[in-house]
Formats: sequence, C-alpha cells, structure tokens
Amino acid sequence: MAVRAHTPAPRRAPSRSGGAGARTFWERTARWAVPMGPALFLLLAFFAGPILWTVWASLTDVALTGAQAADTRFVGTANFEALLADPRFRTAVVLTVVFLAGCVLGQTVLGLALALLMQHRHGWVRGLVGAVVVGAWVVPEVVAGFVWYAFLEREGTLNAVLGWFGGAEQNWLFTAPLLAVVLANIWKGTAFSMMTYSAGLSEVPEDLKEAARVDGASGFQVLRHVVLPLLRRTLATTLLLITLQTVQVFTLIFVMTSGGPGARSTTLPLLMYQEALQMGDLGYGTAIALALLVVAGLFSTVYVWLLRKEEAR
Amino acid sequence: MRTERPFTTCAAAAASAVLLAATGCSGGGDRDPDTVRVVYQHYGTFIAMDTLMQKVKEEFEADNPGTTVELNAIEAPPEDFQTQVNLMNGSPSEAPDLIYQDTFTINQDADAGYLMPLDDHFASWDEAEHVNDQEAEAVTSLDGDRYGVMLGTDVRGLWYNTELLEEAGVETPWEPGSWDEVLEAVRTVDAELGDEVIPMNVYSGTPAGEMAALQGFQMLLSGTGDTLFDEDSEQWIVDSTGFTESLEFVHTLFDEDLTLDAQDALDANIGTLNNEERFPSGELAISLEGSWATQSWIEEANQPWPEWEETMEFVPMPTQDGQDPGITSMSGGWALSMGAHATDPDLAWEVMTHALSQEHAVKFAVEGGQIPVRDDVAEDPDFLEAAPMAEEMAELVEVTGFRPAYSEYPQVSLAIQEAMEAVMLGEATPQEAAEVYAEEVEGIVGPDQVTGS
Repeated sequence: MAVRAHTPAPRRAPSRSGGAGARTFWERTARWAVPMGPALFLLLAFFAGPILWTVWASLTDVALTGAQAADTRFVGTANFEALLADPRFRTAVVLTVVFLAGCVLGQTVLGLALALLMQHRHGWVRGLVGAVVVGAWVVPEVVAGFVWYAFLEREGTLNAVLGWFGGAEQNWLFTAPLLAVVLANIWKGTAFSMMTYSAGLSEVPEDLKEAARVDGASGFQVLRHVVLPLLRRTLATTLLLITLQTVQVFTLIFVMTSGGPGARSTTLPLLMYQEALQMGDLGYGTAIALALLVVAGLFSTVYVWLLRKEEAR
Repeated sequence: MRTERPFTTCAAAAASAVLLAATGCSGGGDRDPDTVRVVYQHYGTFIAMDTLMQKVKEEFEADNPGTTVELNAIEAPPEDFQTQVNLMNGSPSEAPDLIYQDTFTINQDADAGYLMPLDDHFASWDEAEHVNDQEAEAVTSLDGDRYGVMLGTDVRGLWYNTELLEEAGVETPWEPGSWDEVLEAVRTVDAELGDEVIPMNVYSGTPAGEMAALQGFQMLLSGTGDTLFDEDSEQWIVDSTGFTESLEFVHTLFDEDLTLDAQDALDANIGTLNNEERFPSGELAISLEGSWATQSWIEEANQPWPEWEETMEFVPMPTQDGQDPGITSMSGGWALSMGAHATDPDLAWEVMTHALSQEHAVKFAVEGGQIPVRDDVAEDPDFLEAAPMAEEMAELVEVTGFRPAYSEYPQVSLAIQEAMEAVMLGEATPQEAAEVYAEEVEGIVGPDQVTGS
C-alpha cells in the first residue's frame, strides 16, 4: 500500500511547477534509471548481448579454428538451409521432442500425484517424502547423471537386482538410451513439479471440495471438476517452466550416454555442443541453438493455447 | 526519500565496479614477458609429456633466473583438448606461448592465425640438422611455412599376446600376409578360447575419435591401395572400393563377434581399458594399435606391466591381399608449436629447444613410445636398449603414410567415424555407410572438391 501511495506523486509534480517540465522529466527519469542502471547494464551485457551475438553468429561462418576463425564472413541463411537438409538435425529434433514430451508428462503426472498424496498427511510423512524427492532435485546434474549411469550400466545395480529374478544382463544405456535419460530426468525434476503443485493445492478452498462431496461427487470427480480447474494457472506456469528447463538438459545426457550410441540420444543441446565445440563450427552451432529456441517456443505456445481454450469453455 | 540517496550512490558505485571489473577482464594484454605459458595434454596413459615438461620447467627456471615456465596440463581427451586450446587461442591474453598439438590440426590453426611461423628460428637452430625430412613434411603448412617441431612420430600395426595365440594354436611369431590371414587367426582364437578372450580390437566409432579414423579405418584403407585424398587433383575421393571394403572388414569383426561388444567398443575410454587392463589380464589377443602402446606398460606407467616384453609382440599390418609392399602403416605424431601472440618469441623458442634437446627426446621417445625424428636419438644406445621393438618399427617408417591433414580433415575424420559406427551397430551396410560418407564429405568440402576413384 505504501508503495502505491508514492507513485502518483511525481506525476503531479510537472503541473505544479509549470515551466520546469524538462528538468523534472530528467529528474523523474533519473529517479528510476539510476537505481535500475546496474541491473539494466548487467541484463544488457550478460543477457541481451550473448543472445544478439548468437543471432549474428548464426548468420556467419564463424569457427573456433581454421581460415573462418581469422576471416569470418556473413553467409546469410546458409546455416539454416544446411540445418534443414541435415538428417542429423531432423533426428535430433525428433529425439528432443520425444525427450521433452516424456519428461514433461512423467514429471507432471508424478509430481501431481505426489502432491495430492501428500495432502493432509502427517507432518513427518510430508517431511520424509519431501526430503527424499527434493534430495534428487538438489543433487548436482553431474552427480545425478553418474548415479544413473552406475544404476543402469551393465554391471550396475538394476542388473544386479534383475539378476536375482533371473533377468538377463544388459546395458540399459545402450539398449534403451532415450528411455534411460528420460527416466533420470523425471527422477531429478519431479521435486520441482511436486513443490509447485503442493503450493497450488493448498490454495484450493476446502469448502468447495466439501460442497462437491456433499453433492455426492466421488474423489476422482472432485479432482477432475473442482481441484484441477482451480489448479489451471499453476499447471500452466509449471508446464512452461519445466519445458524450458527440460529442453536445455545437457549435462545429464552427456554424462550418461554422450548422445550415443550412434545418435540415439543426441538431442538438440548435444548436437549443438558437437557442432559448435567439437567440430568448431560456431556458426552452425548457434543456428542449432536458435532452432532449440523455436522448439521451446512452440511447446510454450501450445500450453498457452490449450489453457486459453479451457478458460473460454 | 532521503534514505534513497545512499542507495543510489551505492548502486552507481556498484555499477562502476562492474564496469571496472569488465575492463579488467578484457585488458589483460599486459602479460609478463618473462613467463612462457605452455599447454599440453595429460590424459589417460599419456603421461610422458607431463614428465618432460615438469623437467623442462625445473631446469629452465634454474638456468634462467627471473623467467617462469607456466605449465597448463589439460586433462581431457584429444578432441576436448583441442577445443580448449582453440578457445584459449581465441583470446590473445589467454593464448599459450607454446602448444603441444597433434600435427593434423596445424593447418587449421595456421589458417586461423593462431600459430607463428618458425622458419627463421628453425633455420638458426644448431641442432636442426639432426631432424629428418619426414618431420618437416608433417609440420609444414600448405603455404610452405613451418609451424612446429615434432618431438617424435609413430607408426601403427598389430600388437598381439603371444601366450594367447599359442594357446589357441596359432603359430608364433605370427606374421599375417593378408586381411584373410588376419581374420583366420582371429577366428581361430575365437573358436579355441571362447567368450573369455576378445580376439581382436579395431578402434571404431565416434567415441574413440581420431583413434578410430586413423588406427582403425585408415590402417585398413591404406592396405587397399585407395586413399582418402587425391594429391594430384587435390580432391577428396568418396566412392572408392577400398573405402567400402575397409568398412566390410569392420563389419565382419562385429557381425561375427570377433571383437568387443559394440557397447564396449563405443566406450570413450576404450584405449586406456585395452592397454591397461585387457592386454595385461589376457582378455585381449590382438589389437590394431599405435607403436606407443608400450607407454601403458613400462615402469613409469600408471599400472606398470613388467612382463609385457615376454608376452607382447608387434607385427606390421598386412595389405589387403598382400599386394606390394606387403605391409602398411600410418603415421601421425604431435609437435610443439608457438602461439601467434607469444609475448617473447625468442624466450619461448629457447624453452622449446630445451624440450627438444637430444637428451629429452630420448627420454620422451622411450616413455612416450615414440619413433624418433632425430637421427641422434634413433642411434642412441639408451633408446635402442629401452625400445625393444625399435627394429620392427623402423621397417614401417619406409612404408608409412600420412593423413591428408588439410583444414577440412578433422570434419572428414568425423564422417569416417560415423560411417564406422553405423556399420558396427548394424544401422547401415558398408555400401550404405559409404554413400552417406560421400554425401557428408561433399557437404564439408563442396561438390567441386570431391571425385570418384
């Protein structure tokens, strides 16, 4: 409230002091620009700068080494044309979409289920489950990747357990690389969904649910018709956030499979790394980065559109 | 309102601090001229360079008070090592003065303007006469300038475990005369020794990187009479029969289970695992490998294997059908080069020649399993005594070939590795993989730079 009371004050200032309009304009500007300055500078230098550089680089043949490193030329849309004709790029887009869909679906279902189950439980149950799930989220990506590598590799824990039941030994990272990285990422990311949904669920008024139950609604019907519609906003935000988190997953996949075998788990971030840093073709790599932006953007648009439609109904 | 003032002042101060820090980062050009920054790889079984450079640093700093030799040992596989060095080279204030790099990257880096021509320094070096002509070829760029000096070169061939071959009933010393004779012995080992022993290793696929392209593929291709690059027309050859037949050899090994499981073959650490574990423990019978494999077994190694001299033998790789000259080899090798932004080129050259001295070259040739490029090293009694395979390997120097190490080579190499990987995983037939390779190379070098055989 106090903040709101302040804002109109400067607006009234010019009318009161008449001819000093120009001076007060600068004064007004300075009042927000000076405190904003450092933040603005940091944003421009470290956020907008690299993005603009990426766009520029994708239109050139800039490279880490070789003649193009000394004499970088503007090549127009050549990188993007090459990208569209590149079968590896097409494979990577498909893999990225599958990875994204698998992770987002898994995280949402699991996160929501956990959040629902933890509602109205004893404090210690919530604490315990929360600690375990959040633990996975807190673990650094490299460590998580290695843990899953140790679990799924040929001499890993999963095979040892399956061995007791007579299962055949296999290297899961080799036979099902994409599934392996999807599972690992769901394991790691579920905590985030769970926490946001828990927060969202606590906002759902108890009396609404009560009323539905009195009207004879089953537990599932309450969830479907009362809880989920009220959770829509949370759902939209969370889906958007985890999509943006998931689309850029690199470390986990790099540690577990390095994109292999062959290119069976090479998603766009991995392809970008290979092209830009291993092959040294920075121009082409940044073009892939922009393609990644498009994929993330498309997914985000779909969510927004889906939830709009829901609202209109 | 009054409380806002100090905040504004603070913010302004913070902003200028950030600005100062930012300029501080970019203005690091004033490097100490008495410091020579050396960057080299220290990875897996390759520790000889680190040992050498530690010694050089100690000696050089003692002889030249006031100077510092700054060592940057990068612990990364070759591809990542190159990336890191390239990133350093991209910024003059971070760029190294001396670089130990694979000779096939020299053309690229010279084109990029990262390296300094060494012709004048080399011409005035009083020990230059000891260095052989082959060395000059590997470190001279297309425009004729010398960009490095090699410490040693290498050859490639078949290492085999005599005990295992004898156990399987293969006559030793084993001297295969063609690919069929190699496969015959491999199949015998497979039939006699069963699942416990991996009959043969040929590096293949992208995780093995350049090892796959050179130790694996080009060791086969060079035996077919075909090449990757036509020196006369200066074009890349993309549809030779030799290319498909080399992939066929790889296909046979994986298809008939004569080699490691594909998943083990696609482990990036395969080189270290083969030489440090599988050979000493008798799990691996034959490997198409570099002459430097001994660096994993000698006393100075991570896990010394003193019995290797009785167990391991080296034999040249035969040509496909035993066609003239009967045996084949490929050579690579790394060189010391100088960064274009070296703060004091003369001082850097002094450090370089100190590292290249006869004494150091002998030590490095022994510990790094190298073929000397200096005649006074090749004849040195210490070297001859410590390198028991010197004779067999010297024979290969006559027939050995080099990579077409042009600027595009690293990308072509990756296309080869991908073709091998597709074949080993059964994703493509050798013919299909060769066709994909042809398309890839055309995309890399341009349609007018490729030719049929």
